[in-house]
Amino acid sequence: MARSKPRVKVPKTASKDEVITIKTLISHKMESGQRKDGDGNVIPRQIINKFTCEFNGKPVFSCDLEPAISANPYFQFSAKVPESGTFKFTWVDDDGSVYSTESDITVE
Amino acid sequence: MRKHAGLLAAGAATMALAMTGGATAEEKRVEASDGVVFTVKAEPPEGHPLTEVLSGFEFRKEETQDIQLDDFQNPGFLWVERGEAIWNTVEGEAGKSCASCHGDAEESMKGVGAAMPKWNEALGKPVNLEMQIDLCRTEEMGAPAYKFDDDAQKAIVTYVRSQSRGMPIDIQTDGPMEAWWERGKEIYYTRSGQLDMACANCHEDNYGNHIRADFLSQGQSNGFPTYRMKSQGVVSLHNRFKGCMRDVRAEPYKPMSDEFLALEVYVAWRGTGLTVETPAVRN
Repeated sequence: MARSKPRVKVPKTASKDEVITIKTLISHKMESGQRKDGDGNVIPRQIINKFTCEFNGKPVFSCDLEPAISANPYFQFSAKVPESGTFKFTWVDDDGSVYSTESDITVE
Repeated sequence: MRKHAGLLAAGAATMALAMTGGATAEEKRVEASDGVVFTVKAEPPEGHPLTEVLSGFEFRKEETQDIQLDDFQNPGFLWVERGEAIWNTVEGEAGKSCASCHGDAEESMKGVGAAMPKWNEALGKPVNLEMQIDLCRTEEMGAPAYKFDDDAQKAIVTYVRSQSRGMPIDIQTDGPMEAWWERGKEIYYTRSGQLDMACANCHEDNYGNHIRADFLSQGQSNGFPTYRMKSQGVVSLHNRFKGCMRDVRAEPYKPMSDEFLALEVYVAWRGTGLTVETPAVRN
């Protein structure tokens, strides 16, 4: 796959203090560093090593990823929404790239 | 011999699950998160060797099924997205993309994948999606044909066939296609390899039984190209054919060979009554 592409699914609206479900997925090969190519050389590790989610600058969810996690890591978690604002999602790649995307939510 | 297995009112874009459209009680349908309905268990057409036609979906664990039915979570859709980008990318000397001729794939490609392989008068043989796309590339676009199982090829094939999601498999088996159907049938029942097994020995005689730690399915092709957890990518049908032949310790036919093409025709017909699930998710 070419460059990694994040996808997120966050409801557009919620009621105050509602617990919503957030789904995220990023296309990534998650090369474990344990495999060899056709010539017997080790294929260097390249994984997404960290994922974070913030809401209006406050941390909501974060985790470190390990080499055994399969390609295209998918996360689903819940968050309580106290006010309107923006969720910011960030994925950090071993090669130093940082992928991020944002979603707005309105509290009605 | 061509039968619309009287399942769905043809052309009904939106179907409620409750609508049975002449269906029997034996049918089973499931709905994906985007509202597309798959028939995963169907009545076989006339002259079919099986008592029921089951999609590979039915042989997978619920967790795997759930991933397929959630179009956000289904990793096959990453390939669909990639295919969409290729669809709109100009390649070759003619300065054309797929979209230059075919416009919006959601309109122009609807149902195309469900009817493949299809008879091609000029070539005097059926063509499948991979071959048709290569014909477009070499004859219309002035672009090179894809190397078999090139990532881009898998992506564009997945994209085109996914435009038929939920549509019934509708393959022509009469007229000039009959000889190909017959040849495919012959290959399906011919034992080969060190293990001396035919397709039918697993997928007809033993579906639902274990093969080592896995369940044997009926070997239906309606979900191809399929996202396989094992390879963490989409797998093309001819690659799967090759894999099966390797597993019985046979010398596989070549991808896109007449043998595999005939087999593709016959296997597609065996799935009559099912719907296209591309990109399906399997173990």
